[in-house]
Amino acid sequence: MTVFDELQQAIINGQAALAKELTKKGLDSGKKPRDFFPNAIIPAMDEVGRRMRECEFFIPEVLIAARASRAATDLLRPLLVGDEAVQAAGVVVCGTVKGDLHDIGKNIVAMMLESAGFRIVDLGVDVAPEKIVQAVKDENANVVALSALLTTTMVNMKGSIEALKAAGLRDKVKILVGGAPVTDAWANSIGADGYGKDAPAAVELARRLAATA
Amino acid sequence: MHLNIQQLIANGPVLVDGAWGTEFQKWGLAAGDCADAWNLERPERVEGVGRAYVEAGSRVILTNTFRANRVALAGYGLARDVAEINRAGVEISRRAAGDRAQVFGLIGPSGKLLLTKEVSEGELCDAFLEQARVLAVSGADALIVETMSDLAEARLAVAAARATGLPVVACMSFDSGRNKDRTMMGATPEQAARELTAAGADVVGANCGQGIEGYVGICRRMRAATNRPIWITPNAGLPEFEGGRAVYKTTAAEFAAAAPGLVTAGAAFVGGCCGTTPEFIRALARTLSESTGPNLACA
Repeated sequence: MTVFDELQQAIINGQAALAKELTKKGLDSGKKPRDFFPNAIIPAMDEVGRRMRECEFFIPEVLIAARASRAATDLLRPLLVGDEAVQAAGVVVCGTVKGDLHDIGKNIVAMMLESAGFRIVDLGVDVAPEKIVQAVKDENANVVALSALLTTTMVNMKGSIEALKAAGLRDKVKILVGGAPVTDAWANSIGADGYGKDAPAAVELARRLAATA
Repeated sequence: MHLNIQQLIANGPVLVDGAWGTEFQKWGLAAGDCADAWNLERPERVEGVGRAYVEAGSRVILTNTFRANRVALAGYGLARDVAEINRAGVEISRRAAGDRAQVFGLIGPSGKLLLTKEVSEGELCDAFLEQARVLAVSGADALIVETMSDLAEARLAVAAARATGLPVVACMSFDSGRNKDRTMMGATPEQAARELTAAGADVVGANCGQGIEGYVGICRRMRAATNRPIWITPNAGLPEFEGGRAVYKTTAAEFAAAAPGLVTAGAAFVGGCCGTTPEFIRALARTLSESTGPNLACA
């Protein structure tokens, strides 16, 4: 097994200390920081996503894997230079919409997106549309990810999209939505760009959307 | 004298209540609002729901205190009202119960994950102890920890509830996995039954998460893994979404028709969670008295 294969396994198994050690070992042996992402970290988190979809992994396993992935990326990110550092998979502004305080799902999606190489700007819960607009401007985001758990707060997803339109930013970002009551039909009806039914689906969608944003 | 659980269930399955939150929504509670705050703001409405369940035949009703722990209430800016909300919750359910039903003080999840360190074990311990104490001194007959996904959090809540000396019910919510027989955190019915029993719960079980059909198998599996009585309160099916509103499609008659299956599978306490109404409890009362004879424990 190469050091990339070993690191991939360590992340999938949620072994943070081992992931860190293998990352150091790889760097010491002359591997380039940027090569860790396509060869170990991203495939590892893809496999974690697959296992979650197949119901082999539940939230604890996913969170532990994400933690191991972060142990590796925390070492690597400061070493990325110039364009490499800027050229993350994209910048995601995420939050739970106004009136809604549920953040477990949003946090898991944020961790998975981060592991997949996105830079995350997490606005928290009960996020007003104006705050989303401001963050998209300030952070030069290309993806907005909105979460809602409640059937009455999910309407505020629409309000957030309207606010982005009014600010002239709608064409600058791709918008993905998720949360227990959200469906594909709902995402279409409010003019979102896509719906992720779970965290792995959200990551896949964010990748696809960011590539065209 | 503390409530004796064995005596309560001696004459067959005990009928508990149905949903409160989805009933409040019919009375104008917006889904983003804190239902527990109604204990102070709209106590007559809360009592009305409790009373409707007692009149429908519930022999155990809960308190409207699902979010009334410090961690969950903080999200609504109500952390300072923990004592008042819980005290009012017990008083309201007591008035609704009269001498016809027992009042079980409800402790729900914090809404935060231990695993990501959003909240610490110490914080959860303090929050559950604080809530359990208020529920107990305000006069609850027993305490129920429910809608839990994480066994680690459930164990902390059970320990806090036990510290009051009252009988303790502990329920997990099974809504995940291919066969919907796992909690969100992946726990199986067997793990839940064993660990909640080891934590000292007097009754273990399952609530929310899915409709009644799926809970028959889960009940059987929990029954096989513990010697404690089993509590099952399913939803009125899974909600469907129509025009942005959640609609529970299972009818009271359909729900009641599946209830004997739960009793056969070993349930000692049967009632409903989200989407169930007093009509569901009336239908359950009819079905259960036909199949097992009435439970006169509290009559």
